[in-house]
Amino acid sequence: MSLLPLAQLKIQKPGGSDSCAAANDFCPGWIVDNIDRYWTPLLEHVYLTVVPVAIGFAISLGLAILAHRRRWLTGPIITVTGIFFAIPSVAAFFLLQPITGLGYTTAMVALVSYTLLIIFRNITTGLRNVPAETVDAAIGQGLTHRQVLYRVELPLATPEIMAGLRIATATTVGLAALAVFAGAGGLGAEILVDKHFKSNVVVAGGLALLLAAVLDLLILGVQRAVTPWQRARG
Amino acid sequence: MEAQTGHSQAQPLEFREVTKRYPGSAEPAVDGLSLEVPAGEICVLVGPSGCGKTTAMRMVNRMIDFTSGDILIGGRSVRERKPEQLRREIGYVIQQIGLFPHRTIGDNIATVPKLLGWDKPRIAARVDELLDLVGLDPQQMRDRFPAQLSGGQRQRVGVARALAVDPPIMLMDEPFGAIDPINRERLQNEFLRLQAELRKTIIFVTHDIDEAIKMGDRIAIMQVGGKLAQYAPPAELLMYPASRFVEDFVGSDRALKRLALQRVRDIDLWKAAAIRAGTPVAEARAMVAEADVPYPMLVDEQGRPKGWLSDRALTGERVTEDLRSPAHPIVELDDVLRDALADLLSSETRYGAVVDKHGTLAGVLSLEVIQTFLHTAPAASPTGADLLTE
Amino acid sequence: MIDPIPAFLGDFGEAIEFIFKERESVSGGVQIGGIPELAGFGLTHMEVSLAALLIAAVLAIPLALWLGHIGRGDFIATATSNVGRAVPSLALLAFFISFVGLGYTNVIAVLVLLAIPPLITNTYVGVRQVDRDTVDAARGMGMSGMEIVRKIELPLALPAIFDGLRTSAVNVVATATIAPLANVQTLGEPIITPQTYGFVGQLGAAIVVALITVAVDFIFARLQRAATPAGLKLAEPAPRRLFALPIKRRPEST
Repeated sequence: MSLLPLAQLKIQKPGGSDSCAAANDFCPGWIVDNIDRYWTPLLEHVYLTVVPVAIGFAISLGLAILAHRRRWLTGPIITVTGIFFAIPSVAAFFLLQPITGLGYTTAMVALVSYTLLIIFRNITTGLRNVPAETVDAAIGQGLTHRQVLYRVELPLATPEIMAGLRIATATTVGLAALAVFAGAGGLGAEILVDKHFKSNVVVAGGLALLLAAVLDLLILGVQRAVTPWQRARG
Repeated sequence: MEAQTGHSQAQPLEFREVTKRYPGSAEPAVDGLSLEVPAGEICVLVGPSGCGKTTAMRMVNRMIDFTSGDILIGGRSVRERKPEQLRREIGYVIQQIGLFPHRTIGDNIATVPKLLGWDKPRIAARVDELLDLVGLDPQQMRDRFPAQLSGGQRQRVGVARALAVDPPIMLMDEPFGAIDPINRERLQNEFLRLQAELRKTIIFVTHDIDEAIKMGDRIAIMQVGGKLAQYAPPAELLMYPASRFVEDFVGSDRALKRLALQRVRDIDLWKAAAIRAGTPVAEARAMVAEADVPYPMLVDEQGRPKGWLSDRALTGERVTEDLRSPAHPIVELDDVLRDALADLLSSETRYGAVVDKHGTLAGVLSLEVIQTFLHTAPAASPTGADLLTE
Repeated sequence: MIDPIPAFLGDFGEAIEFIFKERESVSGGVQIGGIPELAGFGLTHMEVSLAALLIAAVLAIPLALWLGHIGRGDFIATATSNVGRAVPSLALLAFFISFVGLGYTNVIAVLVLLAIPPLITNTYVGVRQVDRDTVDAARGMGMSGMEIVRKIELPLALPAIFDGLRTSAVNVVATATIAPLANVQTLGEPIITPQTYGFVGQLGAAIVVALITVAVDFIFARLQRAATPAGLKLAEPAPRRLFALPIKRRPEST
């Protein structure tokens, strides 16, 4: 390991692992001592992930249902959400500032816009993958189109929809780290505070990965609970 | 219309000059189709690919809307009601079945009852009743998912589902097409037995002429361009094909197909002299003279055939057990005529001994007997269903 | 309080001015803004991005092709895609900064690491989605493994591969924005030094970054379409499962 400039070290808690931190080694001791300071950023990060995904899901679902009956809408929706998707989050955080100012609103709007393409595409694909004969039988028995959508197509599209949510969640965890540029908090802010300090980076980054894993498993759990027919295989 | 016990009245179905044109297509998919299906009968729509049979069927429950003409169920036009309403009163069975994978078998069957607002106990009772009816164990099957069932089982559930609210009319589109031949025959037979009990008016679509002949009370043969080529009961279709197309479609073996609809007992068999060992030869010769077959058959005390007697057996005072050939093949009165013919052809003799269910000689079958039968019009028009219910 | 609508238009207006015209820095004494400076940043930005993408492609695509050919990479493909998506680019960059140091090498290393997962996943899925019957027939005709990869699996997987390249390219170009944290001066430089560039500078750089990234996305979309073999364009695509790993050929349902 090369010697690094130590000038930018900021040690929050005095005593204990000073020497380790001063040498900028990887310090488990320091981590244990200072773990509390990550609590708030972690909670902020959870907020910055879960809320945008939830809002993004609601919007995408609405769009997907709209586009399900009017197929021609699919192209334009994908183009627009695709542009949102392509704009780097950092850029978006700044582009929004003149309109929504500095802070959580800006971060939220940008993060929501980033989830739209992913979730919309997955819901649409899920709906299209429902076997044609299942829909035919449903209509033939006298279900209205609305009933078919809510009782047959959407339930059967659940695996794809959940997959979209998982992808969107993982991506948003990663992007929420940059929310600091929008004036919001989160683990990214914590990283920037001390970007040269190894332990800090490892903990903050590690927590983000942990968060992503936990959320992923949660969504997977919901999926399993909601699709009993997939577990029962002859 | 529904009854807890007993079954609702079947209704007659009528196609009246029904035409379907797709925009951009020169030929109509269905062209002026007119036919009447009496209540409680199976009408089979059969024909080559592209003849419009499936289109015609799907117009009954307005999955496809016809361009002109009308379809009447029990005298009422299908256009009178909203499509959803109409479909809830028509049983619908398709080839790939289309069960909802995310619902249990019980829930699948209960689809239309729930739509109509039946209460839970009534639905549960009906589900069990229907599973029983199609030969599945309610306890076992009710809570399973479609993925856990075999193809044949799923097909039965499909039929049960269609019968859920006891609809007067049923539409079936190649329902047994995706099943292997052995199970298909079983399912066909079981369905015919069910129909004998329930007597629904059914439109049945198939591309297989043999299935059409077996299942149909009446057969509507359609040709490409959506035209009706002939509409008649199966025996009539086989004996009097209305056109070259019908002849070709039915197949050059239509005589044999007729034989598949008939049992040995139905035709006039030849009489043979049934002679016991020890009978006085003079008596024996008299019996032979009266018989249709010039050869006597040796029988035992119960009248069961043992073999054809040689000339030597009739020399001397009494008949001896000197056989020229064994009594082979032996055909039963209940055998389907086509199978009996197959037996005859695979042996070397001209005559086959026909026995009743006790084994007693009842007559003689030969190629000439069969030919004679084929050339005379039958008294009644047999159907595949008749064959099963005897 | 000034009416907000003209205000933000004013902000954007100024930002656009910043892009085209030089001006005095916020802290004074230095000339900032204008096309030459931004072009310089832009060049650096594209250099690192391109380098990273190429390296990642060379590393990931052959590996994933081979894994897809032998059918053994399900777990790797899922795992890398999940982890790759969730790793905050900021954390990765900071990690490299704190453990390895500043400079071009680090930045490119980080970008390569971020570019690899979509390439592996998409290439792998692309190969696995090639009709098994086609491969079977080829093997039956006597084609060797390498030939099958070259002549059948690779061409048929091209649309998916280019999809992966597109995703990676966008990721890389987007992440290169924060490279200035490691002393590599891409277009993110104005963004992380507001003390010199001011909000106007930040906004201007953001606009340029956004436009460039959208352009990159568009270009790769076109490349993807161009790379799709003509026969595939005509065929109705089988419903693409965007996530399904492991890929199995499923019989028709029910």
